[in-house]
Amino acid sequence: MTVHIASTVHVGRHGDASDGALAEAVGGRLSRVDGPAKITGAARYAVEQQLEGLAYAVLVESTIASGKVRAIDTKAAGAAPGVLKVLTPDTIISLKGASDWFGTPPLHKTYCPLARDITFSGQHVAAVVADTFEQAVAAAALLKVSYDETPAIVDLSDGKAGDGIPIDAMTKEWGDAPAAFASAPVRICAAYNTPREYQAPMEPHGLIARWEGDHLTVWEPSQWLDGMARTYAEWFDIPFENVRLVSPYIGGGFGSKALALSHGAVAASAAKMLGRPVRLVMTRPQTFTGYGGRAATRQTVTIGAGHDGVIQSIVHRGVNETSMDGMWVEPLGSVTSIMYATPNFSSKQNVVRVNSVVPGAMRAPGENPSAFGIESAIDELAYEVGIDPLEIRLRNYAEQDPHAKKAWSTRQLREAFAAGAERFGWARRTPQPRSMRDGNQLIGWGVAAGTYPVRRAYGEAIVRILADGSVEVESSSIDMGQGTYTILAQTAAETVGVPADNVVVKLGDSRFPRAGVTGGSRLAGVMTGAVYKAATSALDQLVGLAISDQRSPFHALQANTLVVANGRIASPRGDGPDISIAELLKSVGRDHIEATGDTMPANSTAEDRYKNYTTIAMSVPHTEGDFSRHSWCAHFIEVRVDEDFGTVRVSRVVSALDSGRLYNPKLAESQWKGGIIMGIGQALLEEGIMDRRHGRIVNNNLADYLVPTNADIPDIEVISVGIPDLHSSVLGGKGVGELAIVGVAPAIANAVFHATGKRIRDLPITLEKLI
Amino acid sequence: MRDFSYFRASSLDAARQAAALPGTMLLAGGTTLIDLAKCGVAEPDTLVDITHLKGLDRIDVNERGATIGALAKMGHIADHADIKSRFPAISEALWQAASAQIRNMATIGGNLMQRTRCPYFRGPANFSACNKREPGSGCSAIGGVTRGHAVLGTSEACIAMYPGDLATALVAFDATVHLGERKLLVDDFFLLPGSTPDREHAIEPGEMITSIEIPSSAAAHRSTYLKIRDRQSYEFAAASAAVGIEFEADGRTIRDLRVALGGVATKPWRARAVEEALKGKVLEPETVRAASRLAVEGAVDHGANHYKIELAPRVVARAILKLGETA
Repeated sequence: MTVHIASTVHVGRHGDASDGALAEAVGGRLSRVDGPAKITGAARYAVEQQLEGLAYAVLVESTIASGKVRAIDTKAAGAAPGVLKVLTPDTIISLKGASDWFGTPPLHKTYCPLARDITFSGQHVAAVVADTFEQAVAAAALLKVSYDETPAIVDLSDGKAGDGIPIDAMTKEWGDAPAAFASAPVRICAAYNTPREYQAPMEPHGLIARWEGDHLTVWEPSQWLDGMARTYAEWFDIPFENVRLVSPYIGGGFGSKALALSHGAVAASAAKMLGRPVRLVMTRPQTFTGYGGRAATRQTVTIGAGHDGVIQSIVHRGVNETSMDGMWVEPLGSVTSIMYATPNFSSKQNVVRVNSVVPGAMRAPGENPSAFGIESAIDELAYEVGIDPLEIRLRNYAEQDPHAKKAWSTRQLREAFAAGAERFGWARRTPQPRSMRDGNQLIGWGVAAGTYPVRRAYGEAIVRILADGSVEVESSSIDMGQGTYTILAQTAAETVGVPADNVVVKLGDSRFPRAGVTGGSRLAGVMTGAVYKAATSALDQLVGLAISDQRSPFHALQANTLVVANGRIASPRGDGPDISIAELLKSVGRDHIEATGDTMPANSTAEDRYKNYTTIAMSVPHTEGDFSRHSWCAHFIEVRVDEDFGTVRVSRVVSALDSGRLYNPKLAESQWKGGIIMGIGQALLEEGIMDRRHGRIVNNNLADYLVPTNADIPDIEVISVGIPDLHSSVLGGKGVGELAIVGVAPAIANAVFHATGKRIRDLPITLEKLI
Repeated sequence: MRDFSYFRASSLDAARQAAALPGTMLLAGGTTLIDLAKCGVAEPDTLVDITHLKGLDRIDVNERGATIGALAKMGHIADHADIKSRFPAISEALWQAASAQIRNMATIGGNLMQRTRCPYFRGPANFSACNKREPGSGCSAIGGVTRGHAVLGTSEACIAMYPGDLATALVAFDATVHLGERKLLVDDFFLLPGSTPDREHAIEPGEMITSIEIPSSAAAHRSTYLKIRDRQSYEFAAASAAVGIEFEADGRTIRDLRVALGGVATKPWRARAVEEALKGKVLEPETVRAASRLAVEGAVDHGANHYKIELAPRVVARAILKLGETA
């Protein structure tokens, strides 16, 4: 076969909103407005704040996975130079229990962020605070912690782990799946495993905490200022309003920075006890145990089908790990239950307790491992019945949500398959495994689909039109690189009618109008809606003043409306004056116009609002009303596998994605590519490697926990096939950030099978699995 | 905090005298030392900064060979035109090592002193047993996570892998390391762990690497370094091979062959059995593959690193055959 060289990136114009849009308008390709500050180093991240009297805290972690702390000898550490305080469970101040992110009240009245009972290796057991970071590090090494160790359950494959706890809420069933499977002419059954994976953001977790009386200020990278402020307020038993979270920039979160964590409680406690601001930053190894990565998962997928490849039954069983004292459910049936039409379906899930930190959210939690199972299994079915892997997906295309039995709001998946296949050249694929090669390189082409639900909530924003005609937007939402600063500037610019560089967006301070969690790809839809409403209201005020204020040069015109564009205001017919916004405000004697907008339902109470912004309890189900709302994608991936060495390299990626209307295609494409790159890492490299004797992850650093380098990533072509979906958001967008990783790992595993004839069902696909 | 003294050496003799004192370490590029200090393995009382010594970063190449000063940077050597043309395996080993940022900092002397990536060696806070760190304390790696550990040259005391690329190429081409007046083969500079894995190099207190000398040879001139790894860049070898060939006048019969392995042994590993088996033979794929199996004679795995025994001969064979193609 010929070797295809990936072509330069072509941007899809398949009905997305970028068609003809100005860069500055919604749908335009405006570059990141925060880019220059980050590139030049001018952007000051949370823990880079320079504060008078700053002290430094360093955490000490357990070296056993299960047992009790017998004693902590603090003598040497306490006497070390510069040490201000040694915190242990006995000396740290007592905190109150805090409710969880659903708003569920705490099980325990009190909370201690330092552990006496050890449930995982790497648990925080003590902390040392000193005048300098170096002094704190040196003193922390002098702490002598002794333990009474008990046997640990190290992971899902531990003989002591058992079957776990059934999670009934995850059960999805219709028809009679076992019976239909038993009578199906073609049956496949396989088990798929994903390992512990880590978010590994460039910026490690950390914070600076400062108390002024009973007011707490926390500078901390955060995906959810108001949620974290609530937790701090509850821990320290102070009013929510007394906590200020500041998080202007975030150096990567991927789900890991949405919650206040125990290290935050330690730092804020230390600051309170010392009466000094305290900075605490995790070391890179601590980021592997200080909070949870993606839970390890096991799935079995059985599919019963006809010889024509049409699915008659799917039976799915899943298991994910959680910690001894926390509950994390990674919903493994989420994609399984909606991707394909099937008359009979059964999915159930258990959760198994192991001696681990409680796992957490990592890019597309649930959908990501779920897709690895079903999208590998349908590929196995395709070979079993001798049908092209793309064709079998079309034969089983779900015309409506098979689980909710509702119409899709929009589902451009068929279009994604068509556009991706065309650009990739799928029709030239030879079906037999090992049928394409280039010298020692076996070449394989794989396809897989992905999806992510449209998660919705409510947001609020302030839009101000200032005396100089510029516009200011404020929101306590955040930008962790996905482009919130930029798309909110575009939204305000287009709505008010000013150039985008005349808009200043201020984010990342909980004193601003409130916002819910930045997670589940909901923020862009929520916040463009809120800013649109606030900006519309500000524009109405502006035009209203221009028409009705006697000092306005438009007053005599007796117009019904005026047009604001490019920072100028004029009558629609072109008669009368044409002046700048600044001139108008000056003429009517105003120094600014301000409007608050929110998308909360009418009649919402203050309690509703608090709940909406500080918990996820008010999130709107994606199947609310008559529609089922999801983003969709199809990945076409070429791999080259060295037949002697077993090394897999991704040589070509074409992905077609339906995220609805794109508020900024340039930024959406960047997020999609980021998700695809992360998926390549998941497929080929990423795995927490456990020393089973100690229950400890030993590759807890970025030299040994491998994420892709540039050399591992080929040109990636992404194509937008979305159309505006007004059932999903005010301006028609669906989710972007989580979507693109979903389906990448199975597409690669499917390509590896096509290249080698070996089906790898355990991620990552490392070379020893192929030689 | 843990204090240490910092001393900037003004002359080679001053550096050597200072380095003779217990608890003293030399500081050049710092890419290994500072890393080891951060993870609690290196705890020097005194650092002797040798980066200001003059004339130690020279790269001289003539018909007899190459002489490279201890302070020459990895990146400079990799990019040096005469090194690339006369010793391609040396250049290739260097540019496939580490990252561009590290190669711009790290010196060749420090590169030879690079220590193992064994997570147990590098994790004193969690793993107290390590014979390399604390003689007699035991080996945490045996029975633990061993995917990256050695299959050749191991002992009951230590199975830690030597991670470097450059020294593998140096060993293949009979390079010598100069310790002031004394010089010895790079192959002899690196020690097998045996019962003293804490002693990795045949260097005495008060000695300092001053240069490396690589003799010219036809095999070095026709050479390559093939590195196979999980990740395409910034990653240690799963298995690698430095190979050089000299053919007879017929262009097919092997007159001289050099083979050394990386990523599989406790030190840079010269595979003389492969060399001897193929000298005088005509280069044919089957002959080369069969002989390459000899590269892992005596290999012992510890479970997860078994793949290295399969992989290493394939890497050797590919490298030899690749050089044959260019004949």
